[in-house]
Amino acid sequence: MTTRSTQRGMAWLGSLMVAALMVGCATKPASSYDYTALRAAKPASILILPPLNPTPEVTAPAGVLASATQPLAESGYYVLPVAVTDEMFRQNGIHTAHDAQDLPVEKLRSIFGADAALYLEVQQYGTVYAVVQNDTKVELNARLIDLRTGDKLWSGHAVALDRQSSNAGGGVAGLLLGAVINQIVATATDRSVDVAARANAQLLTAGQPYGLLYGPRSPKYAADSKP
Amino acid sequence: MNRILAITARWGAGVCALALMVGCAGTQPMYGGWNDYQPQVYAYLKSQGELDPAEQIAKLETARQKMELEGKALPPGYRAHLGMLYAKAGQPDQSAENMAAEKASFPESTSFMDFLLRTFKGKAKP
Repeated sequence: MTTRSTQRGMAWLGSLMVAALMVGCATKPASSYDYTALRAAKPASILILPPLNPTPEVTAPAGVLASATQPLAESGYYVLPVAVTDEMFRQNGIHTAHDAQDLPVEKLRSIFGADAALYLEVQQYGTVYAVVQNDTKVELNARLIDLRTGDKLWSGHAVALDRQSSNAGGGVAGLLLGAVINQIVATATDRSVDVAARANAQLLTAGQPYGLLYGPRSPKYAADSKP
Repeated sequence: MNRILAITARWGAGVCALALMVGCAGTQPMYGGWNDYQPQVYAYLKSQGELDPAEQIAKLETARQKMELEGKALPPGYRAHLGMLYAKAGQPDQSAENMAAEKASFPESTSFMDFLLRTFKGKAKP
């Protein structure tokens, strides 16, 4: 009897251990992604270019650019100051993201001295207001290009969604009122900026499946840069 | 036999607890002040660089003092952003000081900081 209960306990503990090991830390990127180019290039510094913005939301590039630095920096990369690089483009007559992203890599390298550049595209940005729920969505595409060679080192895609109920209670009038109230609140707090920060964190935090590898400043750098 | 099982179970539990405690050692943030810095970056970008530099300098310097007291590392770009604001506010000495501090903290920025020092020096107001 004691043996059986001990055995059962052990089996349970064993499965817990396996689960803990499986959950563990998702630091090992999916093996299906080819990291050969990124591992060989070992970029230490990243220039984030002004994001392409095919959406009608004019504040989208600012919202996305403002929170793209944190996940990259916390993953161990030096990120050039985005407001300063943005200013640099403006002062040199580069007024659109298209113009900035079309510049030759040698030119970018000579001005900014970065090892790699992140080319972002905002695919969706903003809140869709509806009677039942309001969805704030930010969808991003990214490519990391080696500024020394022009080679693509990595690419990724992320969507972040914040869904809020418009239902303020009580019938059709309540539903409509809910939508109106939410719209005011959403505009005042700029929910899109928060959702953009989540999209950036999903997209640019190292160590996730298909994600970037850790940069040289991270304590985890050596661990996953080995082939 | 029972005793061995019990010991193994206890040992297993210990390993489990340890695994949970260690967890993700890397979740500790490397830098502080993101919640002070990023909203200022957003405001700057949204204004296309037209906002009042003095006002933003005041906010970022207050946050920097707070972080220094808490012993937190400033994020990459923080000092360079301040350096740009000082240049715009007509304070070239503070500007150069902050660019040099960015370079000292992050040698990866050397080439860009040198470029900025030349650019802003040329454009600094008398």
